Amino acid sequence: MSEQAAYRPGELEAEAQAADNRSRWMLALPAVVIITLAAAGPLMVMVVYSFLTPGDYGNVVWKFSLEGWMNTLVQRDIFDDTLIWADAHLSIFWRSFSLSLITTVLTLIFGVPTAWFIATQPPGKREFWLFLITVPFWTNLLVRTIAIQELLRSEGVINLVLLKLGIIDAPIQMMFTNFAIGFGMTYVYLPLMVLPVYAAVDKLDFRLVEAAHDLYAGRWTAFRRVILPLIKPGIIAGSILVFIPSLGAYVTPRVLGGGKNLMFGNLIELQFGQGRNWPLGAALSLMLMAAVMIALMWYVRVTSREQSDG
Amino acid sequence: MIEIDKVTKTFGAGDVAFTALRDVSVTIRENEFFTLLGPSGCGKTTLLRLIAGFEPPTIGAIRLSGRDITRLPPNQRPVNTVFQNYALFPHMSVAGNIAFGLEMLGKPKDEIAKTVDEMLRLVRMEELKHRKTSEISGGQQQRVALARALAPHPEVLLLDEPLSALDLKLRKEMQIELKRLQSETGITFVFVTHDQEEALTMSDRIAVMSGGRILQIGNPREIYERPSERFVANFIGESNFLNGQLSAGSVTLEAGGTFTVQPPQGVADGKVSVLIRPEHVTVAGTGAEGAALTATVENVVYSGEATVAHLKLKTGEAIKARASNLPGASGLLETGAQVGVSVAPGAVTVLVD
Ligand SMILES: Nc1ncnc2c1ncn2[C@@H]1O[C@H](COP(=O)(O)OP(=O)(O)O)[C@@H](O)[C@H]1O
Ligand SMILES: [Mg+2]
Repeated sequence: MSEQAAYRPGELEAEAQAADNRSRWMLALPAVVIITLAAAGPLMVMVVYSFLTPGDYGNVVWKFSLEGWMNTLVQRDIFDDTLIWADAHLSIFWRSFSLSLITTVLTLIFGVPTAWFIATQPPGKREFWLFLITVPFWTNLLVRTIAIQELLRSEGVINLVLLKLGIIDAPIQMMFTNFAIGFGMTYVYLPLMVLPVYAAVDKLDFRLVEAAHDLYAGRWTAFRRVILPLIKPGIIAGSILVFIPSLGAYVTPRVLGGGKNLMFGNLIELQFGQGRNWPLGAALSLMLMAAVMIALMWYVRVTSREQSDG
Repeated sequence: MIEIDKVTKTFGAGDVAFTALRDVSVTIRENEFFTLLGPSGCGKTTLLRLIAGFEPPTIGAIRLSGRDITRLPPNQRPVNTVFQNYALFPHMSVAGNIAFGLEMLGKPKDEIAKTVDEMLRLVRMEELKHRKTSEISGGQQQRVALARALAPHPEVLLLDEPLSALDLKLRKEMQIELKRLQSETGITFVFVTHDQEEALTMSDRIAVMSGGRILQIGNPREIYERPSERFVANFIGESNFLNGQLSAGSVTLEAGGTFTVQPPQGVADGKVSVLIRPEHVTVAGTGAEGAALTATVENVVYSGEATVAHLKLKTGEAIKARASNLPGASGLLETGAQVGVSVAPGAVTVLVD
């Protein structure tokens, strides 16, 4: 601003640019505050807690320790103090991972045809079907899970019907099994698969399917070579939306799996509750987060590579 | 050879039923460039879709080289389509699109690669082989669609208004290109357009359609010079319609003048309407030799290569005369002038309606 008389070209623009930047920052401020308070802050607390010592009645003692992280994978033998693998944890990791994978596959198997069916209905009827799919969202998760329990338990609907029909002589034990957890999670997460796949099918240009048939593709080949690659973004989104919350699922495994069939979410909860080992709980939470992020990156990379190959 | 045998196509049922094709019969010959011409909504696309197999006819049969293909699914018909919107696969490259049909037919890899290159050469797209179809222009997409449909060497190629999205210059180029491709490949082309000029310049034969019916089938000259109905005459080229009296092979116009005609079948002697193309009408001085009619000049429109005179006959009927402009000729006609009008021999066509 030293030369007042003739403003140099560009000066006004630079000034406007700076003002623009300032107002942008002001506009972004609420978002920055919320993200800091709601996401980054708690995450930092978890990171710090995972390196501290557990207190006698929960909480933490401000003394640095790696025990929390070590205890995620290994434990000290009570008699000779040697380190051994924490088998209980490992089996829980494995159960969480495999049940989440199975849930994702099951929601794919049921969800893709459902989404296809809805998307190919006449426009007026689609809303009705979408409404039916989203209704469970408005019901409390616990209530829905207990409803599933009513279906599965020994005196439940399924067993009663099978007994009446004479197909079985004694009730099948379904509650508190991995089957019950998988069944419940598939039910709970199905809408999260149906909705993104529906959106993708809805966008699909069916003239391309006709073009494929015109060029001698049968139904299956047209699906594999044309439809599947085009609705893949929806399938990827659906799989991510189902797999990630499945890994950390808490209510469904707790109610349907009972005390024995714990999953990752229950294990974490245990450390902050009865276990009174907050550093271990914090370390487990961060591990889960890291696992989810690695799985995500791997999935996106693999699927996007396939896309560019086709 | 494609035989469309008394085909009717009705969409929907009950109150919402809509008949898009009514009792359509036509035989398309081998190696023919056959055009379906008609205004939007007349059923051209529907007829193509029936031939391709995307829809079954409600009544009637479709035969290809003598074989009944009425109920055959599209992937089993040796027929390929160039879609109006091209319908290129967006997740495949240009080469991937062209190879698709060949892969579906289970052709060996090296043969596919060879045919793809051949097709790319044919449509002059060699450099864009590995491009995504979203990264090329409309005209180039059109060529890829053409190459993709030609690659499996079908017996019949169906083209649904393939040039309508292109600008005028590119369209003219592609018209010539399409004719070249048809004669080079020897494939039967069934071409759909609503552009009468395009139909006249490209086709071996034309079927003029309206309201789900075929009104007339013939070569371009027949369609232009001997339209059977007023609709056909009006849809193709400029027309003058006049009233006259037919008796014993000649027509006497109400406005004057008697002309020898070849009346179409089914037209009885009596009152008829006739067609005279404007370029067959010449303005001459009053009382000039051969001038059968007299008229008043209403308006003269200069349009570069031609001048059109809008005239009014003594009956009140309007008639247009079109003359090519010669170098240096100045406009001799003045609005309001009385002129003589002569009609070229054989230019009077009796219409059925
Ligand atoms: N699937 C369908 N359902 C109902 N009506 C249709 C359908 N397809 C076409 N039609 C109707 O049939 C008529 C002819 O359509 P079309 O063959 O596309 O005409 P063109 O290609 O000559 O413009 C139109 O009035 C159209 O609305
Ligand atoms: Mg059409």
